[in-house]
Amino acid sequence: MLVFEQVLNGLQLGVMLFLMSAGLTLVFGIMRVINLAHGSFYMIGAYVAATVTARTGSFLLGLAAALPAAALAGMVVEFLILRRLYHRDHLDQVLATFGLIFFFNELTRMIWGRRPLFMEAPSWLSGSVPLFGGLQYPVYRLAVILVGILVALFLYLLFSRTRLGMQIRAGATNREMIGALGVNIPLLYTLIFGLGTLLAGLAGVMAGPLFAVEAGMGDSVLILTFVVIVIGGIGSVRGAFIGAILVGLVDTLARAFLPALFRLLLASPSSADRMGAALASMSVYIFMALVLSVKPAGLFPARE
Amino acid sequence: MQAKKYILPTVILCLGLLLPQLLDFFGLQYLLSLATRALIYGLAASSLNLILGYGGLVSLGHAAFMGIGGYTAGILLYHVQEGSLISVLLPSASLCNSALVAWPLAMAFAALFALVTGLISLRTRGMHFIMITLAFAQMVYFFFTSLDTYGGSDGISLYGRNTLPGLDLDNDQVFYYLCLALLLLFLGLMHRLIHARFGRALIAGRENVVRLQALGIAPLGYQLSAYCLAGAVAGLAGALLVNQGEFVSPEMIHWTRSGELMVMVLVGGMARLFGPVLGAIVLLFLEEYLAMYTDHWMVIFGPFLILVVLFGRSGLYGLLFAGRQRP
Repeated sequence: MLVFEQVLNGLQLGVMLFLMSAGLTLVFGIMRVINLAHGSFYMIGAYVAATVTARTGSFLLGLAAALPAAALAGMVVEFLILRRLYHRDHLDQVLATFGLIFFFNELTRMIWGRRPLFMEAPSWLSGSVPLFGGLQYPVYRLAVILVGILVALFLYLLFSRTRLGMQIRAGATNREMIGALGVNIPLLYTLIFGLGTLLAGLAGVMAGPLFAVEAGMGDSVLILTFVVIVIGGIGSVRGAFIGAILVGLVDTLARAFLPALFRLLLASPSSADRMGAALASMSVYIFMALVLSVKPAGLFPARE
Repeated sequence: MQAKKYILPTVILCLGLLLPQLLDFFGLQYLLSLATRALIYGLAASSLNLILGYGGLVSLGHAAFMGIGGYTAGILLYHVQEGSLISVLLPSASLCNSALVAWPLAMAFAALFALVTGLISLRTRGMHFIMITLAFAQMVYFFFTSLDTYGGSDGISLYGRNTLPGLDLDNDQVFYYLCLALLLLFLGLMHRLIHARFGRALIAGRENVVRLQALGIAPLGYQLSAYCLAGAVAGLAGALLVNQGEFVSPEMIHWTRSGELMVMVLVGGMARLFGPVLGAIVLLFLEEYLAMYTDHWMVIFGPFLILVVLFGRSGLYGLLFAGRQRP
């Protein structure tokens, strides 16, 4: 039962990582731009949702305010800065978006102060439900998993079944050609970027009740998101989904069970705990190195 | 023209040599530790310049090498001071304490880590390389964070520095000169390397791998050696930094540190010998002074950085010495 509960926890972390990495992998794959500031939009989503929820008392209103805020912030950043960097090398993109992180982290500190905000799950999602075998699981976490799966389904339909999705896929393959066919490429790119930051904002809102809302909260998630994208294959949304679930599971299960496993192997429990914890926090990165040593381009490399 | 070329480096060198005396004269001794840190970061940024500027390898995990070097020196010092020797490894306390043992060890561990991670990450290009180096650095970060014996995420405070026969490293001026000497030594080495076959192959690998291979030169060996050398030197810089501050913590390896090293290289001037040193000096002093005026200096610094990227591609060095082509 403990295993099942941890698997659910892993899935929950996985879908949150998926929401982050779906937008980022699109931006990587289609615009060929590396965006370190993606975590900032996660932070913006969380802050706006926490503030609006605290003022109005409604989680849904907070969500409704946070999503457009994250999307709008993303589109403004794309319009002002990133579109100037599409043809630059990755180093410039890294440094400019690094500057953006400084800016956004400090801006949130100026507006909201240094103290973290706390956000509660809405009453209709609080409490826990009994699953089989007497296992009690928080409703909110189940809802997060559900939202993640719905978003994955939505993205799948968007890309495979709609005109916009077709244009996005075509734009990734040959930008000039689709531009010549009359598609407004700059607008399309701005929209994709906004979609990506909207998903990051959604992840931020859902993270609000689970973690503290504070400046720099997006940075640690960002790195895990990178790991997901590298494992999944840059530019592939399907890869991002599989990679996110795998990373979520590996991280959660390693943290839960590695210390116990080391206790079986080692004589002294304290050093076993220490080694287990050390290895658990590195597990995701070791997993990534393993995947890359077999498949250097990730599990589902997008076509070049 | 030929003589003019040497004026500026000479002036800078004299300034560097006389700086402790000048600071003494103007009563600004407190700036000496900042200047020393600027030299150490200059050394680390220069080592990054070797792979980033000349090799075109955008590594976002350079702080990991500094951290490994720093922790090597720090852990040895900690055990000497606690009196709990790692006696199996090293026979006596004075040996553990000696910079002649600790610093080469710091470099060796950093180089070893560079070798292992380089073998994996150099198989990839572009974005993959950036993210993999970042991920490896995070791995190191979490590793040291989980070391409870050595303070976990709080790090450990040390009392005193390594010892070097004939030099009193606890004297801040002596330490400053040692850092300056090591920096100049590395810059000299790098100058020789870049103008040798090694550097040419490294730069050619940045420009066009296919052509380099067509000439019958495999870039991987050059890139990997450069990666290891850069890692070792960053490890030395880490050991120096820990000695200077008498403190070591995982904060040293935080990924924003790697980003800051990149910023130093870019702001100073990529693929310029003195560029990153200039960048390190400017960045550290800017941080110190902006932080004096406002807590929120990063809100100014962030957009400044974006503007440098968008409009000032050649960095300060390029701005000051326009016309000189970078190799």
